[in-house]
Amino acid sequence: MQAPATTIKMPRLRLSAGAMYRLGVASRGVAAIVGGYVLAALVTMLLSVSLPMARSEAVMTATLLSFTIYTCAVLWVFATGSALRAWLGLLIPSVVIAAILQWMGALSWSLA
Amino acid sequence: MKEGFRQSMAWLHTWSGLLVCWVLLLVFCGGTASYYRSEITLWMQPELHAAAANPVSSEIAASAAQAAMTERAAGATRWFITLPDERNPATQLGWSKPSKPGEKKKGRRGNFHSEQADPATGEVLSKPRETRGGEFLYRLHFDLHYMSAIWARWIVGFCAMFMLVSIISGIITHKRIFKDLFTFRPKKGQRSWLDAHNVTAVLALPFHLMITYTGLVTLMFLYMPSGATAAYQGDKDAFFSEAFPRAEERKAAGVAAPLTAFAPLVRQAEAKWGGKVERISVNAPGDANATISLSRASGRDMSTRQPSMDFDGVTGKLLSSNGEVVPGAAATQGVMIGLHVAHFGAPLLRALFFLCGLAGCAMVATGALLWAVKTRQKQAKALAAGKRASFGLRLVEALNIGAIAGIPIAFGAYFWANRLLPVVMEERPKEEIACFFGAWALAAIVAQLRPTRAMWRIELTAGAILLAGLPVLNVFTTDSHLGVTLFLGRGPVPVAAFDLVVLSLGLLLAYAAYKLKPLPSKAKKAAPAAPAAATNSNTTLPGAA
Repeated sequence: MQAPATTIKMPRLRLSAGAMYRLGVASRGVAAIVGGYVLAALVTMLLSVSLPMARSEAVMTATLLSFTIYTCAVLWVFATGSALRAWLGLLIPSVVIAAILQWMGALSWSLA
Repeated sequence: MKEGFRQSMAWLHTWSGLLVCWVLLLVFCGGTASYYRSEITLWMQPELHAAAANPVSSEIAASAAQAAMTERAAGATRWFITLPDERNPATQLGWSKPSKPGEKKKGRRGNFHSEQADPATGEVLSKPRETRGGEFLYRLHFDLHYMSAIWARWIVGFCAMFMLVSIISGIITHKRIFKDLFTFRPKKGQRSWLDAHNVTAVLALPFHLMITYTGLVTLMFLYMPSGATAAYQGDKDAFFSEAFPRAEERKAAGVAAPLTAFAPLVRQAEAKWGGKVERISVNAPGDANATISLSRASGRDMSTRQPSMDFDGVTGKLLSSNGEVVPGAAATQGVMIGLHVAHFGAPLLRALFFLCGLAGCAMVATGALLWAVKTRQKQAKALAAGKRASFGLRLVEALNIGAIAGIPIAFGAYFWANRLLPVVMEERPKEEIACFFGAWALAAIVAQLRPTRAMWRIELTAGAILLAGLPVLNVFTTDSHLGVTLFLGRGPVPVAAFDLVVLSLGLLLAYAAYKLKPLPSKAKKAAPAAPAAATNSNTTLPGAA
């Protein structure tokens, strides 16, 4: 929308370096806790349906490993250069795995 | 983050640890105490101390239990019998009765009755005072209290995940793990706390890592159900019956038939397993379709998954046996849970687990203190100029007092309440637990009001008096105090051991409080709230509860 010329020009929203840092940390926190969980859950699904062993054994193995995957995801989120990279690094593999699961007909949205 | 890899991991270690450390400390303290769950329960029921703990064979105990149940549990739909072992001298009898028509449903355990019986005769043991005993501390460490268990388990799991991340990032941060194991520089303020944190963390590192991961594994299908959902198209029951196979339940026929004797079945099962029978459960006792299930006592191997055998309740014919061959991944899970609960532990190993648990408490506590000391150091200039400590620092310091010095007070109050509340009392267990949380809430609130060095001393002293005072209290309230158990050598060993352990923990707290003696008046103005900067105490100082 075009602002009427008479209004005082709004200063562009500029965050201080400190605020940017805080936002980055908060964003990474959400990425680590939520994004990390989603990625770990998806990897667990993929392993559960694809490991070459009895079905219950595959589920058991995958679920045992899930916390390791989660931990690695969290470490990566905080180790990488920027919050954006952290998000992309979680989202891209998540989308790829979700697509494979969808193609296999094994994607389930109910996590519980 | 913006700096190098190691720095970002150090940052992650600090914050993932700090944010949940107070909950973790409670979980660690409760979990550590749970290694002696039965012993604590025994201590809290002095009426049972005198019960002759003459060990009898499983066959005799099973026969006695059967006679007792036939007499007392007529008309029950299910029987549950737990045979005695080295740590639980009494036979546990339990049964559930069908709810009478028209009767209001009393919840899941509403129609469940239980009692403790003499293993040799099956007679009811003199009814002990009601208490949740060690069971409360065990439940506390994953179900918390005053909230729904599911929520609590999610909270504890969330904190455990933080802990796992904190441990791994802590290891990455560490350059010289081996060297730090032998490094302790006392009386150097922040340095000393860092060393103490390193020593308690690194010394028992395999334990900390194991206990955190296996803790998550115990509830892994709650935390991470996606695998089972995906592989079984949402049919979780199908997964559980495949992963944890059990005999099919038979419906009661409605025709009365006498129950076969337990003893030969127990003999048969023990001969097959080469291990003792621990639990006997009977479905539809007295019915033509009754089923008797026996399961092996844990402790013969590391796994919590123990085989079971099902017999026809009338003929005694073996119907099925389960769980003798467990596939690899399932066995791995069983062993991981087994490692967490350590039922296999012989006394010495159990003691080692307990000590590692204490080291875990100390690790969490020193970590929390380290943050406060470091942050106070950073604000030293502002503080010297008369400014007040930042909100975060004040909050953390107060929470540290409330948790590190407060939890021992809560434990102490719980045990004191057990001895001092009237023996016969409505809702006695509830009142004991109320004392636990009441004392803790008081300690935590007072700490929030005045998070000072003096407060550390007051609360540590209170904890010391409460814990070290227990053996003394025992002299006045029971006949199985140290004077009898230790000097005359009579009475249950676990009770004596409990007294000695709380006594030493109390003395440790007293030592910590002593180390916090008031600073000389010159330094008083700049006195730090954390007990750290000037004087210092040893590694085990705060978290030992």
